[in-house]
Amino acid sequence: MPAPDTLWFMYRKMVEIRTFEEHVWDVYTRGLMPGLAHLYIGEEGVAVGACAALRDDDYITSTHRGHGHCLAKGARLEGMMAEIMGKEAGYCRGKGGSMHIADMAVGNLGANGIVGGSFGIATGAALSAKLRQTDQVAVCFFGDGAANQGILLETANMAVIWDLPVIYLCENNQYGEHTPFESVTGVKEIVDRAKGFGMAGERVDGSDSLAVHEVITRAVAKAREGGGPTFVEAVTYRFRGHHVGDAAEYRTKQELAWWMDNKDPIQLLGGEMIRAKIATDEQLQEIHQQVESEIVAAVEFARQAPYPAPEQAFEDVYS
Amino acid sequence: MTTAGAQPIREIAFREAICEAMTEEMRRDESVILIGEDVGKSGGIFKCSEGLWEEFGSDRVLDTPISEAGYVGLSVGAAMTGMRPIAELMFGDFSLLTMDQLVNQAAKIRYMTGGQCKVSLTLRLSMGAGRSSAAQHSQSLHALFAHIPGLKVAIPSCPGDAKGLLKSAIRDDNPVLFFEDKMMYNDVGPVPEQDYVIPLGQADVKRAGSDITLVATSSMVGLSLQAADALAEDGVDAEVVDVRTLYPLDADTLVESAKKTGYAIIIDEGAARYGVTGELASVIQERAFDWLDGPVLRIGAADVPIPFSPVLELPTIPDVDGIIGAVRSLRG
Repeated sequence: MPAPDTLWFMYRKMVEIRTFEEHVWDVYTRGLMPGLAHLYIGEEGVAVGACAALRDDDYITSTHRGHGHCLAKGARLEGMMAEIMGKEAGYCRGKGGSMHIADMAVGNLGANGIVGGSFGIATGAALSAKLRQTDQVAVCFFGDGAANQGILLETANMAVIWDLPVIYLCENNQYGEHTPFESVTGVKEIVDRAKGFGMAGERVDGSDSLAVHEVITRAVAKAREGGGPTFVEAVTYRFRGHHVGDAAEYRTKQELAWWMDNKDPIQLLGGEMIRAKIATDEQLQEIHQQVESEIVAAVEFARQAPYPAPEQAFEDVYS
Repeated sequence: MTTAGAQPIREIAFREAICEAMTEEMRRDESVILIGEDVGKSGGIFKCSEGLWEEFGSDRVLDTPISEAGYVGLSVGAAMTGMRPIAELMFGDFSLLTMDQLVNQAAKIRYMTGGQCKVSLTLRLSMGAGRSSAAQHSQSLHALFAHIPGLKVAIPSCPGDAKGLLKSAIRDDNPVLFFEDKMMYNDVGPVPEQDYVIPLGQADVKRAGSDITLVATSSMVGLSLQAADALAEDGVDAEVVDVRTLYPLDADTLVESAKKTGYAIIIDEGAARYGVTGELASVIQERAFDWLDGPVLRIGAADVPIPFSPVLELPTIPDVDGIIGAVRSLRG
């Protein structure tokens, strides 16, 4: 088990993501944000378990369901919420929105609106790290849907032949939009694809943030030492629909209830911390309250923040 | 050997100018790498990278698998994180496999992230028909990329411009697509030996004239110069303007030339429909309408895929006689 500091960090970060997403749902349904919102609720164990194993100068690439990855890698709540509302104070100054948050200062090379769109970027960042002779690693988050995009083969193959320090972290949340992954995927376990790439593969319970942390810590150490890429399938579940407004009628209430009752990553880690006498229930509740008030403040900040001047639409096309 | 003033200027082939530009930039900046299919040990299918692998090694000259989308994608990620990759597509037709990486990723990441990163990527790719390579190895697709905000497009016509423009492209902090007509790789021309750059966004008047403006790109510049020589014998003095970069576009030079001569014809090897010729014709007529004495004409590839057999292929692409005919149709 990681040191208590790490456990507290992970617990707090998962609560931050959960609470942030609940507020995004609220902000969206009240008409305070334009566009689409894909919530990460239920999958927090993957982003937090993985990012807790990384340094600030390590890279990640994220997905359309990216708020959790961004927060886990160190994004500020105000900048996130302001971007989601299209404000000047947002990470992308209102040009990217929910699906394109990037925070280069902490190695977040960006969420991506194209499913599988960042396999190239993550693998290229790993190539760059190798050529610059740093010991940085790159973690490429993607979903079970992206696992069926052809460019995964191309980039994974190059990662293997050149021993690149990249970790392909597949968040198998069981559904690509509305389609169950097993109905569109030729393997029962996506990790089986790793064998075909010639890459080491591991499968982990994505609801168990400690297990994710352990697997990624190992993969990161191997990558830093020049041992090449690892493919990790984290089995997880999204507790909400594909996006806010999707009633998710393609799955049963019983199925959802089972995951929420048995595989809630926050409850699982909290339980572990109480059993190990690292935390009390009251201490954990206190974190929820602190985070809630921080996020209420972030929402208020973002609501008050000014929109960008319209002429900024014409900036940043070229450097 | 030609001379510029007292200084003799050495003549080398187009592909040698490309190779020299890459070599100089790789010596100058160790973040510059070359990545592509057969670019390393074998020196490139068109011999544009001969000697680079020997000088810079396999860390900086990377032979890739046949995975165009993959290695162009890697180049985007490397460009975002401190490298300055030159990726090569041996045939421009293969750019269609890389569209998501170029159009959705490379062109937009800087913008979408509010200016947080630079994508210092050069993509070299060939273009042009004339080698009996049929419809999947002969296309001129530069218009597709010139259409996309966030990309720059260079399209040189001669060895000297190729070296200077490629060095500019490599040093540029934006994705630049650099189109090389495969029929010109062995064409020889004057190329200064010293380090020089030609800024992106400067057209060049390759032949001054007063009677009609021929605006041309890539190998069409050579055809236009031949046409101008033939027309001169009939007393028609044509000006030939080489566009050199489609984006940024030096519209002023095109427009000023058309205003001066009163007539303009645009010649480009891409398909004429919805293409470069239509765009440049619009730019000229919007700004030079009152100075024009006739319609702006367009000459481009015919409205068919490029066929294989030489007797079928040649009629589908622009030629000197077609340019001369168009000039005569305007000037009677």
